[in-house]
Amino acid sequence: MKAEVKFGGLGGQGIITMGFILANAAAIYDGKECVFTQDYSAEARGGASTSEVIIADEKIDYPHVSKADYLVVMSMSAYKDYVHKLKDDGVIIVDSDLVHLPDEKRKVYGIPATKIAEKLGNPIVANIVMLGFFAGVTGIIEPEALLKGIKDRVPKRFWELNERAFREGLEYAEKNL
Amino acid sequence: MTEKHLKEGYYFWSGDVAAAEGAIAAGCRFYAGYPITPSSEVAETMALRLPQVGGKFIEMEDEIGSIAAIIGASWTGERSMTATSGPGISLMNENIGLAVMTEVPLVIVNAMRGAPSTGLPTLIGQGDLMQAKYGSHGSYEIITLYPNNIQEAFDLMFDAFNLAERYRVPVMYLLDGLLAHMYEKVYVPPREEWEKKIIRRKRAREGQLPYQPDEDMVPPMPLIGEGYNIHATGLTHDERGYPDLTPQAQEELVRRLNEKILKHERDIWKVEEYLTEDADIIVVSFGGESRAVKAGVNLARKEGIKAGMLRLITIWPFPWEYITKYSADYIVAELNYGQMYHLVREYSDNDVYQLNKMGGEIHTPEDVLKRIREVSS
Repeated sequence: MKAEVKFGGLGGQGIITMGFILANAAAIYDGKECVFTQDYSAEARGGASTSEVIIADEKIDYPHVSKADYLVVMSMSAYKDYVHKLKDDGVIIVDSDLVHLPDEKRKVYGIPATKIAEKLGNPIVANIVMLGFFAGVTGIIEPEALLKGIKDRVPKRFWELNERAFREGLEYAEKNL
Repeated sequence: MTEKHLKEGYYFWSGDVAAAEGAIAAGCRFYAGYPITPSSEVAETMALRLPQVGGKFIEMEDEIGSIAAIIGASWTGERSMTATSGPGISLMNENIGLAVMTEVPLVIVNAMRGAPSTGLPTLIGQGDLMQAKYGSHGSYEIITLYPNNIQEAFDLMFDAFNLAERYRVPVMYLLDGLLAHMYEKVYVPPREEWEKKIIRRKRAREGQLPYQPDEDMVPPMPLIGEGYNIHATGLTHDERGYPDLTPQAQEELVRRLNEKILKHERDIWKVEEYLTEDADIIVVSFGGESRAVKAGVNLARKEGIKAGMLRLITIWPFPWEYITKYSADYIVAELNYGQMYHLVREYSDNDVYQLNKMGGEIHTPEDVLKRIREVSS
């Protein structure tokens, strides 16, 4: 098994955090080989932000995504910048309020992640909603492993909020697929 | 306060964090540094972790001060380290020469970024390979190590500190912009197991002068505060450590500083030979770039081309015997205009080709495959 995932969005959306949580969870709690890389512009917020995760059963040589199986984007600019990295039969996962792709021929799965996060009380967990949705759509990682990865990264006082965000995303995938 | 050591288990670390944790596991208890991208997480990790194990962390005013501080700390017997990148390593070079001349064990992490000057602060470069050995003025040898994955970034730190102590020499520990910020899984064995790997500094015989070498050409290091009267100077000195500004003293000292490393080069060398046994074409590579090379070699093998990879883990002293032992052609893949290419050319009887990129990113496996095809056709 080998899966290449590319995350993209704007600085401040938690794009790098999303990638890190997935990669850490796959490596530590799902027993996989995993490489995580990141790239960001100098701005604290609003600049381009991207991260890459490769998950495999065997050791990974080339550490970058060459052809992504999954492209997870939270901004139109990220879609435009990275869609060329997606396989022809790759899958796109988006925040459906932020990214509109009427002409995209490939499979697009959307979730209003930022809106759901706002309803939960804090738009900062939009990336965690996305991760829950990602787990539900792709099935490449055990949701409970991913939840442990979230707890590794998030301060304890925010665990409950993040777990709710994660489960909302996961349930949204189960209801709408 | 009870000391907080690493527990056995799996960790998901960046190269910077793994190098810092590896250093602490290898006994490093003093760090002085001035943070700079992409090495800053080494300093961050040391700032957090050293106080937890009874060590000291100092954020210094600049890079020259940083290396001066670790030279001083090493004289007290502490395993000492600093880390830097880009312009920072250029600033350290004067005092690297001082550490070479006064024979002080140190580990200096250099996370190479796109250069010259401020260059590409967050991105990979491999332009400091020659500088690692020739950066300070004078004719000298130091040891340079360069891992290519995060597990190795942790493990190789034991070699770095052991070699520094064994040969009383600064060890340059290279990372790059890719490895520094890339995360992978690292297995940390139980503490009893890793502590066995630590080789302690040798002690002087009764009456042995501070710069009087043993048979291995390395003098044992007296420690400040042990009761010796020590004089350490960057000037050419005699076995007592006092200045002796004569051609004879210079001849004896500088020859020994070089030969104490070169006479033991086979003990120091570490390489990875991948599919080289039957190879017609061997790609020489190191660090982050070698990840692409290995993938490219695998692609070439699928096409029936007998390609292999020689990965240098020891950059200096240059493991020349691994070049002379093969009768293959070579490609040297490096993220600079051509540095180790010249070394390979010096030792190879066959053709040596280049595959260069000026930095910012590593080659793709397809780039490597294309070059292998070109030179093997």
